[in-house]
Amino acid sequence: MIRSLPKFSTHAIMIIGVLITIFPFVWVALMSTHTRSDIYSSPPPFYVGSNLIQNYGKLLELMPFWSILWNSLYVSVMGTAGAVLFCSMCAFGFFAYDFRGKNLIFGIMIASMMVPPVLMLIPSFLTIKFLGILDTHFALWFPGVANAFGIFLIRQYMLNTINRDLLDAAKVDGASDFRIYWSVVLPLIKPALATLGIVMFIGLWNNFLGPLILISSSEKQVLTLALRSVQSIANSPWGAIMLGTFLSMVPLLLAFLFFSKQMMAGLTAGAVKG
Amino acid sequence: MSAIVESSTDSLSARGTVRRRAPDKRRVLKKRLMPWLFISPYLVLFIMFTAFPLGFSIFLSFHEWNPTSGLDGMNFVGLTHYADIITDPWLWKSLYNTVWLAIVAGVPQHLIAIPVAYLLVSVFKGALRHFYTATMFIPFITSTVAISLIFYTIYSGNSGILNQWLLALSDVPVIGALFAWVPDAMPIRWLSSSALIKPAIAFVVVWKYTGFNIVIYSAGFLTVSKDLYDAAEVDGCSAWQKFWHVALPMIRPFVFFALTLTIIGNLQLFEEPFVLTAGDSGGVAQSGLTASYYLYLAGWEWHQMGYATAVSWILFLFIAVITSVHFYFNGRKGMGGDR
Repeated sequence: MIRSLPKFSTHAIMIIGVLITIFPFVWVALMSTHTRSDIYSSPPPFYVGSNLIQNYGKLLELMPFWSILWNSLYVSVMGTAGAVLFCSMCAFGFFAYDFRGKNLIFGIMIASMMVPPVLMLIPSFLTIKFLGILDTHFALWFPGVANAFGIFLIRQYMLNTINRDLLDAAKVDGASDFRIYWSVVLPLIKPALATLGIVMFIGLWNNFLGPLILISSSEKQVLTLALRSVQSIANSPWGAIMLGTFLSMVPLLLAFLFFSKQMMAGLTAGAVKG
Repeated sequence: MSAIVESSTDSLSARGTVRRRAPDKRRVLKKRLMPWLFISPYLVLFIMFTAFPLGFSIFLSFHEWNPTSGLDGMNFVGLTHYADIITDPWLWKSLYNTVWLAIVAGVPQHLIAIPVAYLLVSVFKGALRHFYTATMFIPFITSTVAISLIFYTIYSGNSGILNQWLLALSDVPVIGALFAWVPDAMPIRWLSSSALIKPAIAFVVVWKYTGFNIVIYSAGFLTVSKDLYDAAEVDGCSAWQKFWHVALPMIRPFVFFALTLTIIGNLQLFEEPFVLTAGDSGGVAQSGLTASYYLYLAGWEWHQMGYATAVSWILFLFIAVITSVHFYFNGRKGMGGDR
C-alpha cells in the first residue's frame, strides 16, 4: 500500500525499533558475566565476561535465589490455577442462569473494574492485616482469584461459543449443574482459560507492589522484591544483581519464545475484542 | 421447569402432596441457590477485598491512625487530612510530577506506535511481521522492577553505558559537533538531578509500553478493509492521504481504548520511579515522586494510614476527573469509529 517509502527504509525503521527494544536484554545478559568494576569500565565491555561463576556465588550470598524463585513460582501458579477455576465458575453462574439481582451484581462487577488499584492499596492492606494473613503467600495470590476481569473475559467467551441448548440437552440427560460446568462447559472454553492463565501468571510473576507492602520476612520474599532490596546496599555487586535480574526474566522470555502469539493475544484481549 | 410440572401433579393427590412436598421444596430451593453457589467466590472475595475495604477507607480517611498502635489508636480527626493535603507541598509536587509523566511518558508511545503499526501492517506479512511485532512486545511481559534495575545501571552517572555512548558520539567526526557539549557536562547524573530524573523515567515507560500499543494498533489497522484503500487509490489519494484520511479514522476506537489504558496506567506510575530513585523519597527534591509513590511513603514509611487513605481518595478523584474529560472529548468519536 505504501510505495513512496522504499521497503528497505521501512526495514531500517523496524530494525532500529527492534535494536532499541532488545538492547537492555542483551546488556543485562552481558553484565551478568562481568564484575562491578568491569561493568562501569571504559570502554564498556561489549563481550561475554569471565565472571559468571563468581557472580553466581555472590548472588547466592546476597539472597537464597532459588528458594525465592520457588516462592515466585508458587504464588504465580496458585494464583493462576485459582483464577482459572474460580473465574470460570463465576462466569458460568452469570452465563447459565437467570436470577434476581444478576444484572445488578454484574453491573457492580463491571464498575469495580474501573476502580484504580491504587485506591485499593491501603484498604486491602488493612483488610489483610485484620484477617491475620499479613506476610503470607496466601495474601499475595488469594484475593485476586475471582477477579472481575477474568469473569468478564470468560463470560464473554461463553456467550460467543456456547449454545444454551447444549446446557439444556445435558440437563435432560440428567447431568447435575456442577457436572455440566465441569464436563460440558470447561472443555469448550479452553482458549479463554488459557488467555486468563497467561494474563494472571504474568501479572503475578511480575507483581511488585503487593509483595512490597504485604511481605516482610526475608524467607517469604519473591523475586521482584528481593532484587529491588539489594539495589541500594553499599558497593552492590552489580554483576550478581544483573545475573539475578536476568534469571528472573528468563522463564517468561522462554515462554514468549514458544507462545508469543497466544501471549500477545491474551494480554491485549481486553483491548482488541473491546 | 420440572419443579412446576411436579408440583401441579402433587395438587391432584392430597396424599402425594404430604409425602413429596418436602423434597420438592428442597429442590426448588436448590435450583434457586445454584447460581449463587457458582458466583459465590466472586461475592465473597468482592465483599472481603473490595466492598468492605472501600467503605472502611472512607471511614479511615477521617481518622488519624498508626496501624502499629492497633485499632484503639484510631482518632477521629474529621476533615483534617483533607485540609492538610491542600497545604502539603509534597502532594502537589507529586501530582505535578504525575501529570508531567502522564503526558511525556504517554504521548510518544502513541506517536510512535501508530505509524509503526501502520507500516507493519501495510508493508510486512506473515512471519516477518510477527517477528517485528513480537520483539517489540517483549518489554511488556517483563517485570517492571527488572527493567528498571537494568536502566538504573544504564543511566548510572559514573560511566554508565549511556554516558559512555554520549562521550563516544562526541568523538565521531561529523555528528560529533552535535555532541560537543557532552564532555563538559560529564558526568551526567540522569537519576540524581532534579531536571533529568523525570525524562529518564519517561523514557523507560515509553520503552516498555510502546510495543503493547503497536500490537493494539496493528489489530486496529488489520480491521480496515482493503477495498477502502483501493477506493481511495482510485480517487487519487496519496500514500499519506490514505493513512491520514482512510486508515486513521477507521482505528479511532482503538486509539480511544489505548489512550484510556495509557491515561489510567500513567496516572498510577509507581514501580519505575520507585526503582529508578532507589526507593529514596522520590529522588532529589522529590522530582521523581509520583502520587502513588507518595501514597506508599505516607502509608508505609511514615505509618500515617489515615492521611494516606485521604491521599488515595484525592488521587482517585484526580484520575476520575481526567478520565471523564478524556471520555467527554474523545468518547463519542472514539466509540463511533466514524468521523
